Amino acid sequence: MSTEKSIVRISDDALALALGADKVAAAFEKAGATVQRVSSWGMHWLEPLIEIDGVGYGNAAPGDVATILAGSAPSIGRIEDHPFIAEQQRLTFARAGKTRPLSLEDYAATGGWIGLDKARAMSAQAIVEEVKASGLRGRGGAGFPAGIKWDTVRNARADQKYIVCNADEGDSGTFADRMVMEGDPYMLIEGMAIAGLAVGADKGYVYIRSEYPHAIAKMRAAVKHCAHIIAPFSIEIRMGAGAYVCGEETSLLNSLEGRRGEVRAKPPLPAIKGLFGKPTVINNLLTLAAIPWIIEHGGQAYADYGMGRSRGTIPVQIAGNVKYGGLYETAFGISLGDLVNRIGGGTASGRPVRCAQVGGPLGAYVPVEQFHLPFDYEAFAAVDALIGHAGITVFDDSVDMAQMARFALEFCAAESCGKCTPCRLGSTRGVEVMDQIIAGRDVERNLGLIEDLSDTMKYGSLCALGGFTPYPVMSAIKYFPEDFKNRDLTRESERAGEHA
Amino acid sequence: MTQEGGIAEIVVRHQDGKTPARGALLPILHDIQAEYGHISEETVRELAAALNLTRAEVHGVVSFYHDFNSKPAPLPAIKLCRAEACKARGVEALVPDAERAAAGRVKIETVYCLGLCSVGPSAMVGSDVHAALTPEKLNALIEEAA
Ligand SMILES: Cc1cc2nc3c(=O)[nH]c(=O)nc-3n(C[C@H](O)[C@H](O)[C@H](O)COP(=O)(O)O)c2cc1C
Ligand code: SF4
Ligand code: FES
Repeated sequence: MSTEKSIVRISDDALALALGADKVAAAFEKAGATVQRVSSWGMHWLEPLIEIDGVGYGNAAPGDVATILAGSAPSIGRIEDHPFIAEQQRLTFARAGKTRPLSLEDYAATGGWIGLDKARAMSAQAIVEEVKASGLRGRGGAGFPAGIKWDTVRNARADQKYIVCNADEGDSGTFADRMVMEGDPYMLIEGMAIAGLAVGADKGYVYIRSEYPHAIAKMRAAVKHCAHIIAPFSIEIRMGAGAYVCGEETSLLNSLEGRRGEVRAKPPLPAIKGLFGKPTVINNLLTLAAIPWIIEHGGQAYADYGMGRSRGTIPVQIAGNVKYGGLYETAFGISLGDLVNRIGGGTASGRPVRCAQVGGPLGAYVPVEQFHLPFDYEAFAAVDALIGHAGITVFDDSVDMAQMARFALEFCAAESCGKCTPCRLGSTRGVEVMDQIIAGRDVERNLGLIEDLSDTMKYGSLCALGGFTPYPVMSAIKYFPEDFKNRDLTRESERAGEHA
Repeated sequence: MTQEGGIAEIVVRHQDGKTPARGALLPILHDIQAEYGHISEETVRELAAALNLTRAEVHGVVSFYHDFNSKPAPLPAIKLCRAEACKARGVEALVPDAERAAAGRVKIETVYCLGLCSVGPSAMVGSDVHAALTPEKLNALIEEAA
């Protein structure tokens, strides 16, 4: 393979950078190669992943440059043929790995702006009808039909309306929003511009958590580069300030207005009275990013994927203690076990899988006995579990579920906006009680206390931070009682086992 | 260090004439925090006047968000993710040694998720991200930051 002709492609997404991609890229340049920085394929266990003429070389270090250029380094073969990629149904992530994130040329060459052009020739109502026909439901967690939300805003009368993209992505185990912003920012922008046409809004905001400096930089640059294409629609990029609760939509709106990120009581719905009191579409980033595909191909084409009332594809994020972690977009309906064991390859540690937390810090711990569950909003809800933003965090058998239950409460206490007592004080009290349980004191009575606290939080909280924290806590207790009761004995025997 | 001089200029920079002035409060606070490392009492007063808010309101916003400090941070910081996916990948086992190595020189700050959950444990220093942390890698970060 000749060094002159071939282009060496390396991702510049934050995850690749965190694993040393810049140093590897510099080493290739020093060796005289032409390097292109592209989006990530989402095969995270292989980053930094080098692609030359379609062939992939995983976990590249600067010292591997010579052998990779000579074609003698071990390769994974053609990346597109790798089962992890080949078996996906990538609609939202169709460009992942293939384009330079900020290149308008690459974007246009891969179908970019077709949806927007089509939408410009459609009536607002017709756009909303396509979104309704797609069956697209909000990807931020609640699964509310996007088309219905848009219709409410479209029908509201006001001198100003807004489109707000929720890119706060605070859930542990999730990174799909980040990957879109860093890998395919124009797709999100196109989706927002189409939303603007559909409801009559000419201004949009993207609210991005401050833990994502690379995404913020890419989005700022992208918005500048394509301002002329989306005009008269315009977009402002806003940075969060380190508050998980600001992912909750009304808290986010308060934050955009320059206020404390406290949750607002609903009604009024943001669709009627949102940002600065104006009708506002607020959607998760993945909801908006699905729009260009839907408008280009038609709502029905999107609805042809999926199962039950969960239509289309879902970008699943496989994370935690897993061998093959990354971004896996597929139609709804795939089983959790398939994702964790077959696609994810089980744990990275090589120990048995014990459970997975699905849907972030407010989602239930799902034991392996329930891994047959299909990815479907209703199927998960039926067993008190959550799909949420579709992050899967895998744990092996060394996890201490009492510690995880304690952490759920600790997280809630740290991130509570403080508005409701059950959330603010209940979570703090819960941590104290969990400490007693972990110390093996008065366990039965203290477990009763946790249950009461959970009920109070569930029914007395204004938003899902206080209201859903009981799910990880109670699922841990329900499926793994041995980690809570007789702790001394189990821990003792484990230690004995380890030394045996 | 006095902040007043630059504040007015930062406030002006953030007005677009389209949205209510107070809407720019977070971006303004971010700029001040980035420039001066903290947001002083005098600054709060000046911002309140410039944006037609009460001091209590501005103070309330500053105190609500983890990213804003009213005093300068005494030590350089490493943000270490201790959320679920990084716990599953072993971050807790790194903490005691890291705390010891950092003591008095670097602050190991807890953050919840950096979006690198498939390759944790993860940390951020400034805006540089690091993943697949081992005791050695984390120690090197501490020495670099100190
Ligand atoms: C505590 C809390 C945190 C949330 N965090 C996020 C988030 O980071 N991103 C997001 O899109 N939605 C988040 N949500 C859900 C939003 O409130 C809202 O449902 C969503 O933005 C609506 O968009 P969608 O219909 O497209 O999902 C959160 C909700 C709660 C209660
Ligand atoms: S449940 Fe917690 S976070 Fe949600 S509004 Fe109440 S206090 Fe705030
Ligand atoms: S949980 Fe640590 S990076 Fe997401």
